[in-house]
This record gives sequence, C-alpha cells and structure tokens, in this order.
Amino acid sequence: MPAIATMPVKERSAPARMAPPSRFGDKTFEWLTLGMALVVILLVFLIGWQLARGSSLAIQKFGFNFLVTSTWDPVTEQFGALPFIYGTLVSSLLALLIAVPLSIATAVYLTELAPLWIRQPIVSLIEMLAAIPSVILGLWGIFVMVPWLRDYLFPLLKRAFGWTPFFTGPIYGPSMLAGGIIVAIMILPIITSVSREILRSVPNLQREAAYALGATRWEVTRIAVLSYAKKGLFGAVILGLGRALGETMAVTMVIGNTPQIAASLFKPGYTLASVIANEFTEATTDVYLQALFELGLVLFGVTILVNLLAQLLLKTMTAKSATRAAE
Amino acid sequence: MTKLHRLSSRLLGLLLAFGLIATASAQMTINGAGATFPYPIYSKWFDEYAKVDPSVRFNYQSIGSGGGQKQITAQTVDFGASDGPMSDENLSKAPGKILHIPTVAGADVVAYNLPGNPALKLDADAIAGIFLGQIKKWNDPKILALNPGVNLPDQEIVVVHRSDGSGTTYIWTDYLSKISPEWKSKVGTNTSVNWPTGIGGKGNEGVAGQIKQTPGALGYVELIYAIQNKMPYADVKNVSGKFVKPSLESITAAMATAQIPDDFRFSITNAPGDSAYPISGATWLLVYEQQKDSAKGKKLVEFLKWAQKDGEKMAKDLDYAPLPNALQAQVLKRIDEIKF
Repeated sequence: MPAIATMPVKERSAPARMAPPSRFGDKTFEWLTLGMALVVILLVFLIGWQLARGSSLAIQKFGFNFLVTSTWDPVTEQFGALPFIYGTLVSSLLALLIAVPLSIATAVYLTELAPLWIRQPIVSLIEMLAAIPSVILGLWGIFVMVPWLRDYLFPLLKRAFGWTPFFTGPIYGPSMLAGGIIVAIMILPIITSVSREILRSVPNLQREAAYALGATRWEVTRIAVLSYAKKGLFGAVILGLGRALGETMAVTMVIGNTPQIAASLFKPGYTLASVIANEFTEATTDVYLQALFELGLVLFGVTILVNLLAQLLLKTMTAKSATRAAE
Repeated sequence: MTKLHRLSSRLLGLLLAFGLIATASAQMTINGAGATFPYPIYSKWFDEYAKVDPSVRFNYQSIGSGGGQKQITAQTVDFGASDGPMSDENLSKAPGKILHIPTVAGADVVAYNLPGNPALKLDADAIAGIFLGQIKKWNDPKILALNPGVNLPDQEIVVVHRSDGSGTTYIWTDYLSKISPEWKSKVGTNTSVNWPTGIGGKGNEGVAGQIKQTPGALGYVELIYAIQNKMPYADVKNVSGKFVKPSLESITAAMATAQIPDDFRFSITNAPGDSAYPISGATWLLVYEQQKDSAKGKKLVEFLKWAQKDGEKMAKDLDYAPLPNALQAQVLKRIDEIKF
C-alpha cells in the first residue's frame, strides 16, 4: 500500500532514542499479533472445511457436474450451480463497470478539485450511503428504482443498443441489470472512501513537480496522481468486488430470482448468495440442504479465485509499468 | 474507598440481588421453532397463555418449516412447527413418534395488477396454464371465457412467484399438482420448485411488491397479506364447479370437507364442497407422542388443549382460519394420547 510506502523514515527510528528497551514487551507484542493473525487465517480454513464437510453428500452425488449443469430442481433433487455462478459474476462485473468510474471520479474530485468547504459534506453523504441497511435498499429497489428503470432507462437502452444481444427481449423490470445497479450503489461508498484515502496519501511533491514541468491540471491528475496511486486504487476496486460477490438481500429483491443464463441484461437472473438466503430455511431433505451448502462452498471458491486473479493482474500490471520505466 | 468505588460496589450488590430474585422465581421455559406463517398467532397465544399459567414461558423461533422439522427431529426443541406435513422419510429419522397437531389454516390468493383492477374469476385450467407458461396474454380465450364482460388487455402476463422456500409455495404447488397432471410430472410439489416461467420475489412482501409495481403482473400471496395490503384477488372455481372468494370461512369450509387421514397429515387443497376455497392449507405443531421430560410434557399438553379450546377463538381477529368443530374434537382426543 502506498500509504505505508510514503511514511517518513524518521518516525520509525524515533523509539531508538528512548530509555533502554525491554525485550519482554516486544516479544509479547510480537507473539500476540502473530496469534491474532493466525486466528484470522485459521478462521478462513475452518469456514472452508466446514462448508466442504457440510456438502460432502452433494459433492459425492453430483461431482463436477454440479458446477457445469443448469437445472435446480428441489423436487427431483437435481442440482446444478452454473446459472448462479454466472449470475454472481455478471452482476458483480456490471456493478464494477458502473461503480468504479463513478467512485474514482468522485475521489479525484474530492481530493484534487473540490473547494475545501464542500469536501466534508460530500464525504459524510457518501459514508451515509454505506450506512443504509441492504434490506432497505432492496425495498427502495422494488418500489422506486425498478419501476423507474422499467419505464425510462431500459426503453432508452433498448432503443439505443437494441441491436446488441445485451439489451433485447421484453422488459419486466426485475433483471440482471437492476441487480448490477443496486450492487453498484452498495459498493460505491467503500470504493470511493478507500480511493480518497489513497489519493490523499499521494505526496504533494509529486503534484508540484508535475506543475513545475508545465503540466495542466488534467495532466497532473493523470500522470502525477492517478498513475502513482494505481496500485492502491486497484486494491480499492478489489475490496468493492469482494462486497459485490457476497451481496445478498438487496440483490435478491430486484434481480428476479430465476436461474437462467441469458445474454440479455433485461432478463432476470439469480446469484449464489441469493439462492442460499432464499432456500436455506425451508430445505427439508439432506441432499437439498447439502446442495445449498455446496453453493456456499462454490461462492467461497469463486471469491478466492477472483481475488487471486485480481492479484495476478495487479502483479503483471505493475511489472509492465516497471519495465516501461526502466526502458 | 473513593466515591466511585463505593458506588460500583453498591451497583454490584444490586445486580447480585436481582440475580437472586431472578433465579428464585425461575420459570419453566418450553422451546419451539419452525414455521413463520403462524408466528403472529402463536406469539399472541403465548402472550395470552402467560396470564392463564404464569409458571411456564414459551420461546418460539420462527426459523422456517424446514428448520422446525429438523430441530424437533434432533430434539433440540420441545415442539416444532411446520406449514407442510413431514414426509415419511423425515419422520423415520426421528427417535420417536412425532404427532401432527393442526392449529390454524390460511390460503393462497391469486393477486394481480390490471388497469382498473376488475374483479376476476379463474379456474384450475387457467391457473395451471398461466404458471406453466402456456397462457401468455391477458386476453387469452380461456381467461376471456371465464370473465365475460371484463375488458382484458392484449398484454403479456408477468408471472410472479416466491423465490424463497415457503409453506405458501407448498400449498400453491400442491394445488397445481392436484389439478394438472402436466404440472405434477414436470414440476411437482415442494416449498421451492423449478419454475417453468416467471420472476421470483422474496417473501410475501417481495411478491406483492413486484405485482403492485408491474402492470400485467399475476402471482400468489397469502390471503392475510393480500387483505392487509388491499390487493385485488381472484375468485377461484373449486372442484364442485363453484367460484369461491377466498375468505376465512371458505378456508374452514375446505377443512371441513377435506379427507382427514388419521395422522392429521392432510392436504386441504382442491377440497370438495360448494363453499370450499381450493387453494388452502393448514399449519401444524409437531410434538413427540412420548414426552421425555414429564413436567414439561404436562405443561405442553395443557397448553395444546388451551390452544384448541380458547386459542382458536382468537384466530379470526388475526386473519387466520380456525379449525372446524369436528376436526377440533378429533385433535383434542389426539392430544390426550400424548404420554408424559
């Protein structure tokens, strides 16, 4: 994180000037923090293990097919997770496509351009958005957002982009796109506030140097600020993605809850987290319950996989820019 | 001693005193868990029963019928509650014989959203056709024939169903399976199914919300919910060929004419009788015939009897249909067979 990288060296050496150090405190502190860190790691493993144990019957019965088939039928006990995996990934991707430009633009405005007096009110408002419970947001989604999307935005999109497969078919309202938009609203605050902290930690020297070279405001923002903070901003996006993948209540209110894979974003979809929340309480047979557990395991796996991919992307990205700098 | 110390020690003493009082008057707590549909009336019963017998306290968790069945099987609660009867398979997993005690009943209504919201009449064929995705438009000849004189638009029917597992869906799919062989073979009966068409809303509020917000929508919600939210709902033709308005009376009528097996694991959908509303369903309490804890068992039986005799009288005020008298007498006899 750049925030750590830019910390002045002086501060770190300050304790050296104090009275003779007692090793005991340091050691205890080290063990204590190590213990805490291990607990967190252990927790992740325990969750994974417990999910795998809870779904062992379903794993045995359906094997790999669970991941690649599309039927979800509690009556005949045929279970396939593909439409849910698809729905989770697509709704999260849509959310990122909408939320990332908005959040980063907001963060840039707040740190680089906005007059000082306006910054704090905007920051408070964004943080208030994060405090809205997701079930409230979901109800607002049903009663306000979805009708508005159905009557205004969706017909507009259909007229403009109806020639692509993404905006075809009848418009009901509850849809994959509505799900993506509600998730976007939910991850906006976290991406914005983390991005803002990262942009604030860009040293002013960077900006001053760029101005000294005669750069315009846009050039300063692009070259000195955004490119410097790239890695941190990417981290902010990943945090948002993590939330998006697991978002449940609000999504389930507006996504239409239909397990299907359709190119059109006007069609209803379903996510992993939603189906678990929807069906867990009334699942009476063993295989059914275990299949729901396995969905949890799949969601766990998808989240880890997406995070790993993101880390990989970040590595190749920074490696590329490093070689470019070296040239 | 500083002032603060004195204050805190006094507080501590006070707390201890309270603790002692609390343990001295310790009540017996009877734990239950299960269905969400009857939760409002059960909590009313427990409230009222506290006045009848202050020595016992009921603690009910509305975690869903599936959870209720599982917890009574695992004996982690003293009674379970379910909107659907337990399957033979699940009953065989229990360490003892589980009795089904029917308490109250409700119904699913067909709610819709049409311009002007005209009164509609539907029959089994039309409902099955709509939910199988075969009747797609409001001005379909089948719907028109049932509703002469009603101006039905050339508009697509947007089908809305529950996305969460629920007793409401169990009643709905149980009805469809009885009236449509195609539904029975293609979809079947369960708390959640693989829907041939439509969009899913979470909970009664989710389905009602989608119907209210979507022109041309049609879906099923609990009668109570439709009444309380002033939604229009259709009269449904029953097996005797009469169009019946869903109401507490027509639900009780369905229970009176339905076939009741000896173990009370009955289904009252599609019940015969001129005044029976066909899409109705009861809810049950689940108790072991042989109670493990005799003191608790005694109190539980006393409560169950009170619920059948006095509790049933409160049902209508809360928009639940009470059991018909004949069934109530049968149930009371069964409660007497509980051993403790």
